[in-house]
This record gives sequence, C-alpha cells and structure tokens, in this order.
Amino acid sequence: MSKAVCFMTKNFGKYDVKSIGSYMAIGGFDALKKAVNMTGEEIAATLATAQIKGRGGAGYDMGKKWSQAKAVIADSKVVVCNADEGEPCTFKDRTLIENDPFNLIEGMIIAGYTVDAQNGYIYLREEYSHLRPLLLDAIKQAKTYGFLGENILGKGFNYNIHLYSGAGAYVCGEGTALVESIEGKSGRPRMKPPFIKQCGLYNLPTCVNNVESLSLVSSILLDDEKKYLTYGTEGSVGTKLVSVAGNVKNPGVFEIPFGVTVRDIVYGLAGGIVDDHEIKLIQFGGASGKFAPKSILDTPYTYEDLRKAGVGVGSGAILVVDERTSVIDFLKTTQEFFSHESCGQCTPCREGNRHIKLLLKKVAEGTHTALDLASMRKIAKIMAMSSLCGLGETAQSALVSAMKNFEEDFQIK
Amino acid sequence: MSTVNIKINNIPLQVEKGTKILEAAKKIHIDIPHLCYHPDQTIKAHCRICTVEVVGSRRLLAACSTEVWEGMEIHTDTKLVRDTQVGILELILANHDQNCLACARNQNCDLQNLCSRFNVLQPQLERVSEPVAIKDENPSIARDLSKCVKCGRCVKVCNEVQGVNALTYSGRSEDFAVTTAYNKPLLETDCILCGQCSSVCPVGAIVERDNTQKVLNVLQDPSKHVIVQVAPSVRVAIGDEFGLPRGAIVTGKMVTALKMLGFDKVFDTNFAADVTIMEEGTELLDRIKNSGKLPMITSCSSGWVNYMEKHYGDYIDHLSSAKSPQQIFGAISKSYYPEVAGVDVKDIVTVSIMPCVAKKFEANRPEMGRDGIKDVDIVLTTRELSKLIKYVGLDFANLDEGSFDSPLGLGSGAGAIFGTSGGVMEAALRTVAEVYTGTELKNLDFKEVRGWEGIKEAEINLGDNSVKVAIAHGLRNAQKIMEAIKAGTCDYTFVEVMACPGGCIGGGGQPIQSTTDIKKLRMDALYDIDQTHIIRKSHENPDVTALYKNYLEAPLSHKAHKLLHTSYKKIEKQYNFSYLTKK
Repeated sequence: MSKAVCFMTKNFGKYDVKSIGSYMAIGGFDALKKAVNMTGEEIAATLATAQIKGRGGAGYDMGKKWSQAKAVIADSKVVVCNADEGEPCTFKDRTLIENDPFNLIEGMIIAGYTVDAQNGYIYLREEYSHLRPLLLDAIKQAKTYGFLGENILGKGFNYNIHLYSGAGAYVCGEGTALVESIEGKSGRPRMKPPFIKQCGLYNLPTCVNNVESLSLVSSILLDDEKKYLTYGTEGSVGTKLVSVAGNVKNPGVFEIPFGVTVRDIVYGLAGGIVDDHEIKLIQFGGASGKFAPKSILDTPYTYEDLRKAGVGVGSGAILVVDERTSVIDFLKTTQEFFSHESCGQCTPCREGNRHIKLLLKKVAEGTHTALDLASMRKIAKIMAMSSLCGLGETAQSALVSAMKNFEEDFQIK
Repeated sequence: MSTVNIKINNIPLQVEKGTKILEAAKKIHIDIPHLCYHPDQTIKAHCRICTVEVVGSRRLLAACSTEVWEGMEIHTDTKLVRDTQVGILELILANHDQNCLACARNQNCDLQNLCSRFNVLQPQLERVSEPVAIKDENPSIARDLSKCVKCGRCVKVCNEVQGVNALTYSGRSEDFAVTTAYNKPLLETDCILCGQCSSVCPVGAIVERDNTQKVLNVLQDPSKHVIVQVAPSVRVAIGDEFGLPRGAIVTGKMVTALKMLGFDKVFDTNFAADVTIMEEGTELLDRIKNSGKLPMITSCSSGWVNYMEKHYGDYIDHLSSAKSPQQIFGAISKSYYPEVAGVDVKDIVTVSIMPCVAKKFEANRPEMGRDGIKDVDIVLTTRELSKLIKYVGLDFANLDEGSFDSPLGLGSGAGAIFGTSGGVMEAALRTVAEVYTGTELKNLDFKEVRGWEGIKEAEINLGDNSVKVAIAHGLRNAQKIMEAIKAGTCDYTFVEVMACPGGCIGGGGQPIQSTTDIKKLRMDALYDIDQTHIIRKSHENPDVTALYKNYLEAPLSHKAHKLLHTSYKKIEKQYNFSYLTKK
C-alpha cells in the first residue's frame, strides 16, 4: 500500500497549468481572497500553528519568519521565491512548478500581502529555463485577473512578481548570493550580519522562501478542518515532498506524511533497488547532506528521528546508492561538485575543498597516511566551523558522516 | 551612544553598541589575528582567520564582522579557536609562494608575522601554489598572484576609496582571483597607478616596481653626478620604518642618510613646489583675467593626472599646465643646475624620493624632458629609500641632523604643505592673494582648506573679488567634483585634487601600515614645519627669486613655459561595452 498522500499536491493533474480560469475553477485564489481579509499577523500565526518549517533545507519556522518580516519597519520590502533548487538529487520544486504554477504564484502574493512587500522575485535556476514561459504566462494571467498589480482585490494592496533566472551557480541558492545575483553581481554570498531579513535585495528587507514552502501556503489557509495537523508526528507535523533517486527502480517525487519509515519510501514508493542489489548508503538532503548505511531503513522520516540517526531532512532529497558504488568514489564525485561550486571568496571553503579533493584522491589510490586522514578531519571541521556561508559549512557533511559510518573504507593500506 | 556589556576571555568590559568583536578585543589589548581586516576599509570577512568562539553560537564567528551584543561572552583563546586559526593559516600558506627571502615584503608581511606568531614553520599540507605569469609591464606596480591571499584589501581600496574599479574578483573556487578587466595589463585598464593597492596589500602580491638597484648602480659609478630631491611628505613618514614615533619630522636625519648613501647633492622638492606655485599661481591669475578655462585644477598629483586622462579626458584642459614639483625640479636640475654647478648635463642623474608609485610613471612620460635627456631619471618610493638606508646599514634614528644643499635645497613652509591635502591650495592662495591684491596678507593660515574632510570648500576674498575654491582627496571625492563640472553646476574657480587619501602623506609609496590615524599625524607634522618656518610664502623664497632673476626671467616666460609646463591628453578606453546596448 502506498504511503503517499495528497495535501500540497492535491491540484496535480486537476487543472490546465496554462489557464488561470482552469485553476480558479478548482478553487484557485480562494486562499488569497481569504488572506486579504486577514491581517498579516493572523496569516503568520496560521502558518505557525501548522508548524511549517522552511523547505529549502535549513528548516526555519515559517510562521516566525513571516511575522518577523511583517514586523520590520520599512517603506519597501520584497519577497523572494527561491527556485534555485541546486542541491543534487533535489527536484521537488520543479515538480511543483510544472504541475501547479498558479498555486506558487498565489502563495507568493499571500506572502507579499502578509509582510507588506511591493515586489516579489522568483529566482529560477538556470537549468529550469524551460519553465520560464509557464511562469511568465502565469504571472501575466494573474495580472490580467487583478491578482497582481495595483489595488489587488480592492484592498489597496499593490504587488508585482518578477522572474529572474540564475546563471547556474549552486551557491546562488544561498539567500545572500541569490540576491547578489538578482542585483546583477557575481553570485557570492554576503557576510552576515546584516541578515537579508533586514537588508537584502536592493538593500530592502527581504523575505526568502522556498518553492515548496510557498506552495503550502494556500492549502494551509484553506484548511479549516486542520487536516494538515493530522499528518505526521508530534515533532514533525504535516507532509513533505521527497525526491528519491539513485539506484531505485522508481525514482520520483512523493508527498509523504512525516513519520513513514525510510524503508517505506525507498522500497515502497521508489520500488526498491534496481536488480535487487544491496544498499550501500543513503544520502539525505542533497550533496550537502550526510549519509547513512542501510541500517537507517527502519528510521521514521521525521526531523527528529533523522537527526538522532545522524542525518537530516535538508532539501528532501533521498539518494540511494547500492553496493556497486564505493563510498570513496561517491565522495570523490561529491567533492568534484563542491570544488566546482565554491564561490572561492573565503579561505576555509576555497582552500579546504582544494585540499580535501587532493586527499580523497590519495585515499582512492590507497596511498594515504594517518596524517592525511587527520588533515581531512581537521579541514572538514575548519570548514564547518568558520566558512562564510552555508556552502562551506556543509560541503564536508558527507565526508564526515562517511568517516564515521564507513571507517573501513578509509583504512590505511 | 548606548553601550553593551560583554566578556572577552572572562574579562568584563563595556563597549559602544555596534563595536565589532575584533575592535572590542583591541580595547583590552588583545590582538585577534586578521588578514583581510583593515581599519580604514569596510569589512570583508573573507579570510576567516579572526574566528572566535561566542557562547551559545553553533559555529565560530568572524571577529571582524560580528557586532557585540549585550551579554556576549567571547573566547579568543580556546583550543577550538586556535586550531581553526592555525588551520586556516596553514591553508593560506599552502597556496602561497613561500620564497620569503626573494620577496619585497620580507620582514614586513602580515602573513609572515602570523606564521611566526603561531609557530607555523612546517605546514603539513601539500603545497598547491603555482607560479602565475602576469605580463604587466609598467613602471609603477608589480603584481604576483602566487602570493595573493585573496583578502580583497586591494579591491576595496581601488573601488571604495578610489572609485577606479581597476581591480576586481574573477573566477570561483580554486580559480577565485584578483584580476583586472579581461586580465589586461594595468596600463590597458582603468588603473591610474596610484598604488594604494600596494600599500594595503598584507603580503607581497602587489608591490612597487623596485628601483633600488638602479640607484645603487649610479651611486657606485664615479662618472655620474647623482643628485636627489625629496618630496615634502617623505620627511614625516620615513621615520615609521625605523621605529621613530608616527608623524615624527626627520628631515635632518633623512638628509644625512642621503648624503651618507653617496648622493652628490641632496635637494628639496619643496623648492620645486615653490616654483610650481609661481607658475601655477600666475596661470590661475591669467585664466581669471583672460577668461580662461575655469575651474583650474591642480596637476601635481600624478595619479590624479592619469585619472583625468583615462576617466575625464574631455575635461583635460581644466588641468593646470604647470608640471608637478617632481618634474619641475627635474627640468631645473637638467637646465639651470648644470649651468650654476658647472656640471655636464649628460653626467647628471636626477633621483627623486617620492611617497608615490605613480611618480615612477610620470618620470617616464615621453614629454618629460628634452633632447633625449629625462627630467627625472629614477624615482624611489619612501619604502625603497628605507630599504637603501637599511642596505648601507645606517642607524637612522641616531643620525645627525644634516642640511639640504644649495641652490635647489631651500623650500618655504608653503612648499612643505604640498605634501598634504589642502596644502597646494593654501600655498597658492598665499601667493595669489598677495600678487592679486598687492598687499601683504595679515594671516597666512587658510584653516578652511585644512583637515581630513573628503571635499573642502572655501570662499576666498581677493580684495574686490571673491573666489570659490575646493579641495578633494581620494578619487571617490574628486569624482564628485568632476561630475559637477560635467553637469555645469560647478562654480569653483580653483580646485586642488590629490589622488590619495590625505594627499601625498597617504601616498601609495609610503610605509606599509599607513592608516588614516597615522596619516593625520603626518598632516599635523607638515603644518608644524610650515608654522615654524621663517619663509612661509613661495614667492618670498630667495632661491626661487634668484632662479627667476638669473634664469627663467618670469613665471610663464617663454623659457619657463618650455621647461616647466606640459600638456596632457585624453586616453581612450581600451575596451567599451557599447556593443551590449546595441540592438
């Protein structure tokens, strides 16, 4: 029996994604109509009640984020939809945009209304350029129907949405690099503070949300029966989109209630391993995520249980790797990725990635020494503790978890 | 200003709200290691070597960029902090050309100091630095990317202080580097060779083009008559290199050192500055009287002249045609001086000691000389002179007080203040006011043109007429004036611009570690020299009067014009982006 549910994916396949009329026919923009009769604080409180954690990876409390954004006093504010989805093995946002673009637009308008923003920006990853026409058309139709522009729904609320495409850098998924990129600068993260919630895009207070977070908003606002709260566990309320890939028979995006086991996802939804091979490892949350051996299969997929097991939800990616791939080869590939994607401005990330790459090569060749392993641990820690942004902080998550869980693969020959 | 209570290594202290951890630690005399941090620049937080532990924080925080908060408990000395700092240092070092002995910044290098401090003598990491070939022929600045630690100080000073934007970042990850547009040589970029980058670089990645060996060669050649001129700001800065108090006036020791180095004559650029005033002041009066191009803008600062040529080429006729004091001295040293001294001009080598790397370029301008004879042959920066003094082993601090030689060694107080922002203006006003009104000034101090303000303005009464003047230092500020001239909203008659912050006292060739606070001490020192000088007006300098009487006849005379004036030309940009806007 499938453990998948349909809460935020309930519109999938139910309307013509190119037609706002079709969207409205299934209740589209009802949430916005409801929202404009609420205060921003009330909307934020509704999200807080649903205990939604941001779906970009960091898992920041979304109700709190919106109420803080609302509380910032400024003449002008902006909302940013982070559709950069650069974490390898993460493709849930793409699915949401492809199947329910108007819901995202509606979520962004509600976000703008809630925090008193005048402009919203969608930062779409370069590789999703095929989705540009769809989104641009959705924005245009929303404007024609008066859901964007001046005096929206007669409430004196003025708001527009702009679409920006990135140029392909992974680091631009980081909030401050993202706003730099929209501003036309090189995508390199800013130092923090100032935090973008106070001083972000064009130096304006900026509320950045992931596609999935925004896509949840309408459903939550219309969820009078609190159905959402019936999903999940005490610590992880509701549902989550996971993108499962790797050596599984049926890779794809699934909406699961928190609390199903990893086995339910990998063997149930994703159909198990190709040719029934044994699992070597599972990486959670993308390239910046940690990985675990197959003993994790019976762990419930919740924030708290995964954390206990030494991994995390992160972006919702679940990468299953079977016995045919060696841990070290896998790490080398991950390292290639970070060595390519580091922006290079801070020392720990630039030089740290460079050295870990060299050291991993030695491990792969079997020529490493105890000192090399010590250097790897040391550099990984320096990167995690002192890098300027989240990229450097998490780039060695996989390595650290591998050295812990797969000690035998690092044995000195 | 409200204050917050914090603890650093369990020591309680109160600091102003908004203070960064690094600055707070300084107050209790703890130096948190840093590389990219520079007290005169906005924060970059790139190098991460200043990371410290803050109780309650998940990660280490950069001390340079993190503001203190009420109740913050900071630890700068835990094992985690030290392991991280040393680890970062090792990472930097692994990607740094470690041939310290062959480096211009040996023993004057922030990275070397940190390695020495943390005893990082045998780094365990694989060396990944590779020689980076840069083909960048210019007389002023040498770059070596294999030494670059990517701190970004040079980029900041070029962009934020100078507004020149010649240096920027390119690439990412391992390829992240400080570069010029399209990696072009500096001369083909917007660079104006001010050398501010070289004075903020913590290591030897950007240094002045070294001419010390050239000077040693001519000094050791008995057939050469080697004379030297010293710019006004050098005497209040070079003491830094020998442990003397910042801003100390060391004119006498400096002259003695130059004589002991073997220069045949030691002369003063202050003398040439007085001549500059005679020429430039007369030119200004001429422009006012004959409706010439106004405002007239000074042209003493060679970085500034380069800037005008490259960035405001259409407004080049605002520049005074008078050469800079360095070049005026040079021209006189190759015309009047050989006659007076009875030396063959072909045997004379004119060396100048300048606070500046752009002066090296200026001396090499083809128009600066005649009949194959250059006005100035070799230019050394303050830094290079101190190297020469160390080379010959002089105990500078204990040298006797020497005196400049005649006939080009007497400069007025007005000449001395040429070394500071506002000084050329004040010197000119003293002369112009007296010549214009024909009456003696009661008060020689034009206080309104002094100080550290980026742009200073004053209205000067010239008897029946009053003129508005302005002074800018640092090219960001100069830009504002040029934009006003461009917009036609500028009603100044005379404008002084110095490319470097503070003027020559903050020049790109001054001792490393010249912070704003130190530059202000040098500024005060130059005004002290002026205040206590018997002669405080250029036109009352008897040696200048003699020069005109015996040789040049009068300011702007045919002879003066030929020797002491020049012209500049617009330089077209080497690249343009117009194709981007073409449809």
